Amino acid sequence: MAVATHGGEQWFRTCDVTGFKVDTRAERIAKVNAVMAVVSFLIAVIAALLLVLTRWQIVHLLPVDWYYRVLTLHGLDALVFWIIFFELAALVFGSTAFLNTRMSSPFVGWAGTALAILGFLLVNYTILTGNADVLMTSYAPLKAHPLFYLGMILFAVGALLIVSTFFANLMIWRRENPGQSLPLFVYGLMAAAIIAVITIVSGAIIYIPTFLWSLGIIKDIDPAVYKLVWWGLGHPSQQINVSAHVAVWYLLAFLTVGGQSINEKVSRFAFILYIVAINVASAHHLLVDPAVSPVWKVWNTSYVMYLAVFASMIHAFAVPSAIEVAQRKRGYTKGLFEWLKRAPWGNPAFSGLMLSMIIFGFIGGITGVVNGMEQTNIIAHNTLSVPGHFKGAVVGGTALAFMSVTYYLIPLLFRKKIAFYGLAKYVPWIFGTGVAILAVSMYILGAFGIPRRHWDITFSGGPFTFTYNPVTDFFWALFGIGGILAVVGALLWILQVVVSVFFGQPFRGPQDLQIPIAEPVQMDGEHKGFAAPGTFVLVLLFIVAFVIFVALNYGWLSAMWEVR
Amino acid sequence: MAILPPREGWFHQKVARDEKIWMGLAFVVSLFLFFWMIVWHVYAKQNPSFVTYKTTPEEFYELTQAFIDKYRIGEENGIPVVKPPPGSDVFLLARQFRWEPVLVLKKGEEYRFHISSLDVLHGFSLQPVNMNFMVYPKYDYVLTFRPTSAGEYYIVCNEFCGIGHHMMVGKIIVEE
Repeated sequence: MAVATHGGEQWFRTCDVTGFKVDTRAERIAKVNAVMAVVSFLIAVIAALLLVLTRWQIVHLLPVDWYYRVLTLHGLDALVFWIIFFELAALVFGSTAFLNTRMSSPFVGWAGTALAILGFLLVNYTILTGNADVLMTSYAPLKAHPLFYLGMILFAVGALLIVSTFFANLMIWRRENPGQSLPLFVYGLMAAAIIAVITIVSGAIIYIPTFLWSLGIIKDIDPAVYKLVWWGLGHPSQQINVSAHVAVWYLLAFLTVGGQSINEKVSRFAFILYIVAINVASAHHLLVDPAVSPVWKVWNTSYVMYLAVFASMIHAFAVPSAIEVAQRKRGYTKGLFEWLKRAPWGNPAFSGLMLSMIIFGFIGGITGVVNGMEQTNIIAHNTLSVPGHFKGAVVGGTALAFMSVTYYLIPLLFRKKIAFYGLAKYVPWIFGTGVAILAVSMYILGAFGIPRRHWDITFSGGPFTFTYNPVTDFFWALFGIGGILAVVGALLWILQVVVSVFFGQPFRGPQDLQIPIAEPVQMDGEHKGFAAPGTFVLVLLFIVAFVIFVALNYGWLSAMWEVR
Repeated sequence: MAILPPREGWFHQKVARDEKIWMGLAFVVSLFLFFWMIVWHVYAKQNPSFVTYKTTPEEFYELTQAFIDKYRIGEENGIPVVKPPPGSDVFLLARQFRWEPVLVLKKGEEYRFHISSLDVLHGFSLQPVNMNFMVYPKYDYVLTFRPTSAGEYYIVCNEFCGIGHHMMVGKIIVEE
């Protein structure tokens, strides 16, 4: 393999496990961003517990002002800071260590990190001091303190700087390795980085005028323009996650069972479809809004004729089939599913990977398409079905994938042994089960019409009252149980990470490796017939569930009042 | 290989048969979902409207007041109750933290709802039928409803609009 040829050999250490040359300057930047990710996650998880215990009407913990304040905090720390800090760490580390190349500009990397942290602090500070009770979306004309918008802008600029070093690193690698193709993992990160640029620019376009408006310099922000452009940040930023976590899925399939995409061209093609189609998802939030036409809605909400959904379905076959083919080559060839039964379920990264894929596909994916279809959005819009969907997609999918890969980052990036490693094999199950129960119960509560972002669904103090179907009491109980389980799983993971990273025993070499890294399986050229029959059955099961769920929703819709 | 450059000849490798079938199936489903939304527009009776007028909070307030004065039949909990004739234009005003007026409609008849806000964004969530739409200030959103069932219905605000958001409930009565 080619290595960086000129200059700065003193910056590198050679990883004694993977053999990678690691630029220690990039490593330090990645570490700080990863730590910030975990800090954000901790805040988000504590907030989540308070929110679950407030919406569960039996407990109804927080007073009204603190409910919306904590909800704002939870939204931004979970959906923006935790995820993006983690991705920044992945971009910096992925574009150096995985390519055996150097960090293009540590200065720009540190400047970006500093700005992002400053932005994080400003946003969290303004929220907690009660100056930004506007929820994550901060829909104008709701107005927050100017420092809140400034914080978001600084964070975006910081993130953009780090993303720019990612591209610069790729250019150095390209110059030093002419004619080579990127590893699939880095290719997926590159897709994420491109989507990130589009996303962050949308964020800048809307937050800068809103900041000036909050200072009184601009008179007026049009609410429809705000919502359209803000969601150009809000939804595509979650598509950065999809790209990044799918890249992590491929990485985990490789690390845990030695699996490789059975056809890299197909996998790469799917990443390109993400870049082409996924950034129009702003439309998902405008389907039952005035001002935009059905043509615009149908074209954009479907990610240009569902090309991005198509891409995800391609990955839905490619990742499990990578695992299946590797397992079959190991000799687990009996029947359709011996490969799955004999998989390393005791490895938390493997169980986390599988749960992440299942929850993302069956819960996050299917509900996302139904919520995002123009007409069925009438049922789902602003009900608990919406957070139910993204609990499945972002928490069960992205967060769980990131949590799983962290079990490799602790020894390989932080050079520490994993604390309480015996606990690790339970964490993905506790967290994954909790999130799955939470997401499904929220989705069902939404189908009964229960609103999201609502402090009191008994409407105390209102001119009228309305009582939701009493069946919802059962799902509220499930919601509470699922929420608490997920919080427990997340806290256990945070405990392991914090103790390992700050108080853990040093990782001295391969003999200290607790989590196994599988031997890569040699792939031969062509596949004759079916390469992965077990996976084929699983994806057929998925498509049947998918079509049934779409049909059910349109059936419900057809029984409602007529509207046009 | 996920962490190393792909092996020689990866670009020309044939796609395995099961992966090929799956991609074909997935693509067909994707296209079907896309065209389904268009077909539903043509043949079905539940589609979000896009008829919208520019307005101002002042203008919309006046239109609503005129509408209330014209068809008012009473008051409930401080909110005027209005019974417009079938087929007419109906004005529904959202503001922190109430819906005005209470509407009395007739089952099976069509009404042309004009919905707008005086202040921030609100959410129109018709319960228990569970139909949800957005309400903006400065945009008059026109939704033509035909209630297909009689009874008492409530409008829950489901877009966060401030500290009293949870108190914002309106009412629609549908008579046989």
